[in-house]
Amino acid sequence: MGKSGKSGKSGKTVIPFGPQHPVLPEPLHLKLVMEDEIIVEAIPAIGYVHRGLEKLTEVKEFTQNVFIVERICGICSMMHAQAYCQGIETLMNIQVPDRAKYLRVIWGELHRLHSHLLWLGLLADAFGFESLFMQVWRNREKVMDIMEETAGGRVIISVNAIGGTRRDMSPEVLRKVAVIADEIKEDMMQLEKVFMADYTVKHRLVGVGVLEPDVAYEFGAVGPMARASGIKQDLRTTGYAAYGELDFEPVVETGCDSYARTMVRLREVYQSVDLIKQAIGKIPDGETSVPVKGMPNGEVISRVEQPRGEVLYYLKANGTKNLDRLRIRTPTFANIPTLLKMLPGSQLADVPILILTIDPCISCTER
Amino acid sequence: MFEMIGNIFRNLSSKPATRKYPFEKRPAFKNARGQISGIDIDQCIFCGICQRKCPADALKVTKAEKSWEIDQFKCIICGACVEVCPKKCIKMEDEYKTSAYKKEAYKAVQNTAPQPPAPKED
Repeated sequence: MGKSGKSGKSGKTVIPFGPQHPVLPEPLHLKLVMEDEIIVEAIPAIGYVHRGLEKLTEVKEFTQNVFIVERICGICSMMHAQAYCQGIETLMNIQVPDRAKYLRVIWGELHRLHSHLLWLGLLADAFGFESLFMQVWRNREKVMDIMEETAGGRVIISVNAIGGTRRDMSPEVLRKVAVIADEIKEDMMQLEKVFMADYTVKHRLVGVGVLEPDVAYEFGAVGPMARASGIKQDLRTTGYAAYGELDFEPVVETGCDSYARTMVRLREVYQSVDLIKQAIGKIPDGETSVPVKGMPNGEVISRVEQPRGEVLYYLKANGTKNLDRLRIRTPTFANIPTLLKMLPGSQLADVPILILTIDPCISCTER
Repeated sequence: MFEMIGNIFRNLSSKPATRKYPFEKRPAFKNARGQISGIDIDQCIFCGICQRKCPADALKVTKAEKSWEIDQFKCIICGACVEVCPKKCIKMEDEYKTSAYKKEAYKAVQNTAPQPPAPKED
């Protein structure tokens, strides 16, 4: 029985999914056209958390915008500010000190760590595995504590500024971060068994929401979605910030299903721990920021790999303190078409898992 | 099975993962961005840089009145004002406070004369 009306002869029912649903942290609305328990078509409706932040950036000064773009989304706030700062730095030809680049990598990977741990917990919660959810989030709390200690905030850490970073980490703090990163890795090694081998977990994930590599490529999937379908695409390999000097390979799985996407994020947790330790080992001494003089002029596209995939910032400046235009394309926006491709043909009971595996961030998408 | 028994004993003997909050409070981290608690108004030179840099328009500096005002409901605790202040007189506390009961802005006014009777006016 659907809440909306039946559409006559074909016997199709429209079931609204969201905007309020236990599995969704944010309001995403899907109209699911059903035939019995099988989805025939999914029609998305977004726009519930539009706040007009792109317009707001046009009336604020370009230095103040760092704080605004950070508030687009909590979970990837650091990368939003990083993408914006890197764009402005390119426009103004600012050479960021090496130490600031490494600090950006460390904070960025801490953010990726906490985002993936959050997602793994939410996934466990979505299929009703409450204790797993709590175990994963207990680990996440350690990352949040590091961020509060090093940056001053748990989620909106506000460390990026145009020309470098606003804070520095002392050698003792860096050593502590490395130790805690190891602890998180150890704890995740124990939980990994549950995600990889537990019968109920596999039953809900394996073979659900298969996204073939060519379809993923055609629909423009980004981030873990693309990498779980065997596409070796990771913007960090382009070597922005200090990633060019670190040794890593994009995590690629070839399973193409929800299980593969879980594995990609699980392995990226280890990759982030590894990158944090590499960066701590290589970090040079020196300044963390350079003074900024003048105004930006021209246009630039700045891209950064967020936990959910590639974020694209288009900046157009006109030589005054205000920007002409700031356009943001977020990873979830790029992944929604693949979700709509995956949904038809699947069971209604699998919809929460499918929506969750794209790791939706609706406040990013709508800004 | 053995692993499970081990886990049971470990959980029985270990401390809980959570804090018993109202009785046991976590001390705030040093240098955390908790709250802009006020200003050392005697140091302030009323240059107005903090007001211009505030991304949330929460600050109001009046040179004529020699006053500094913050709207805590607008403040996003980014700490930009603390950084740009040339006299370093804006105070940041590392502990986050609960919300206020009254919707009144914090206002500090500098007394210029040594001991005047009451030059304050709101």
